[in-house]
Amino acid sequence: MIKIQELSKSFNHNLVLNNLSLNVPSGQTCVIIGRSGCGKSVLLKHIVGLLSPDSGRVLVEDREVGRLKELELVALRSKISMVFQGGALFDSMNVIENVGFSLIEHTKMSFSEISARAKESLALVGLTGIGNLMPSELSGGMKKRVALARAICIKPEIILYDEPTTGVDPITGDSIDELIRSLHDKLKVTSIVVTHDMKSAYHIADKIAMMYKGKIILEGTPEQIQSTSDPVVHQFINGLSKGPITEADGSFK
Amino acid sequence: MLTKFFIELGRRILSFMYFFGGLASLSGQTVYQALKPPYNNYRIFEQAKKAGYESLPIVSVVALFIGVIFALQFGYFMQQIGSEMYIASLVALAIVRELGPVITALIVAGRVGAANTAELGSMQVTEQIDALETLATNPIKYLVVPRFVALSLMLPLLTIYGNLIGVLGSYTICVAKLGITSSMYLHMTFSALRYKDLFTGLFKSWIFGMVIALVSCHEGFNVQGGAVGVGKATTRSVVFSFLMIIAADCFFTALFYFIFP
Repeated sequence: MIKIQELSKSFNHNLVLNNLSLNVPSGQTCVIIGRSGCGKSVLLKHIVGLLSPDSGRVLVEDREVGRLKELELVALRSKISMVFQGGALFDSMNVIENVGFSLIEHTKMSFSEISARAKESLALVGLTGIGNLMPSELSGGMKKRVALARAICIKPEIILYDEPTTGVDPITGDSIDELIRSLHDKLKVTSIVVTHDMKSAYHIADKIAMMYKGKIILEGTPEQIQSTSDPVVHQFINGLSKGPITEADGSFK
Repeated sequence: MLTKFFIELGRRILSFMYFFGGLASLSGQTVYQALKPPYNNYRIFEQAKKAGYESLPIVSVVALFIGVIFALQFGYFMQQIGSEMYIASLVALAIVRELGPVITALIVAGRVGAANTAELGSMQVTEQIDALETLATNPIKYLVVPRFVALSLMLPLLTIYGNLIGVLGSYTICVAKLGITSSMYLHMTFSALRYKDLFTGLFKSWIFGMVIALVSCHEGFNVQGGAVGVGKATTRSVVFSFLMIIAADCFFTALFYFIFP
């Protein structure tokens, strides 16, 4: 269970998260939607302890992330994986070393065992025979899939996805959605997915939460979100250039 | 106008304090992580190879030229007063006590320090450092400690090598051009040098190695703003390293002057 309670964070006097609260039950997939730059990635970084809140708290399995000691945080992070927007693959390592990084650093497994595990994870994301390539030799979509393979290689209990289908072709996007769905169904992985891709959101989500002006303004099942009468959510999910969101921030006048 | 001046002055003082605060914090964490097991010897070796072995060509060329230049410059004056044989002593002392450590440190700051900042800065803007943390790996232990240990070990070794090459450059000029015999040159060199000369030079090198590692990693970790930010941070890293090397050199030279008169 991930509980986010009255979380606030500002950067240079710009309030990005404003008393934001959200609960994600274990084994569920929660999709967070919202405009670019509204703080969705900042929220994910709080969950994994990369950022400290100005106020409020994040509880993962009833333990407050911001108050964990170094070793406790390491233990927590060994159960959480995060897929970064740009992949964040390590340039100096090949694909196998990237995918098996955690196992190389934190286990006593032999390199052949790690390599086999990494290849298994790569196969799950539809990549084979690229183990010896460097990240600079991969396309954007492949980088994203390698990042996904790196996230699932440690068999985490929680996965945080930062726009996993942005920048990949529709077929790859759909296979990533299928993978997220199957991790949810088979391994009961708790997932938080940040995305703009509404088709993907409806496909994978148990719950969708709309973030606006630093808060979660509405959460519900995909069906509830699709049938909402909230004008802000309605404008966003239907991709309309005219509506309360653009009127409030002055864009597309 | 005056208000703007004071606002700018205050901003610069704050940024200066922020830099030294960040550097002090990084130094403390680096030493703590360096002493804490497990030790990643492979990564230290990898960095030592980059910082030490791969710097040998540039250090060789610069040290050789410095030796040659100093022999010629001292020779110009010493020949006038008929004391050519003292060129060996002067060059040895100048190189071992001062030029060897400082020139080697400046070369390494430009070559290795700049590369460190650019590499860590690129990692910062592409979220690779965040990724390291989420993979339960401490970025300071993984990225800074190997560079810190490698540079603090390799800079004194490079300095010893640079000293030898510098003296060789001077030896070549003195023996080939200034009419000093080989045995006289070596005798004058070794009779002028004391252990304290070598020790103070190498101690300064050790300090310079740590300064380069910490400044370059600090600037790399604090990059903001994409490729432009990486460029600015790399420039800052080299400039701050140069300034801190010269300031530390001045401080320790004065300190040793009074400790070992």
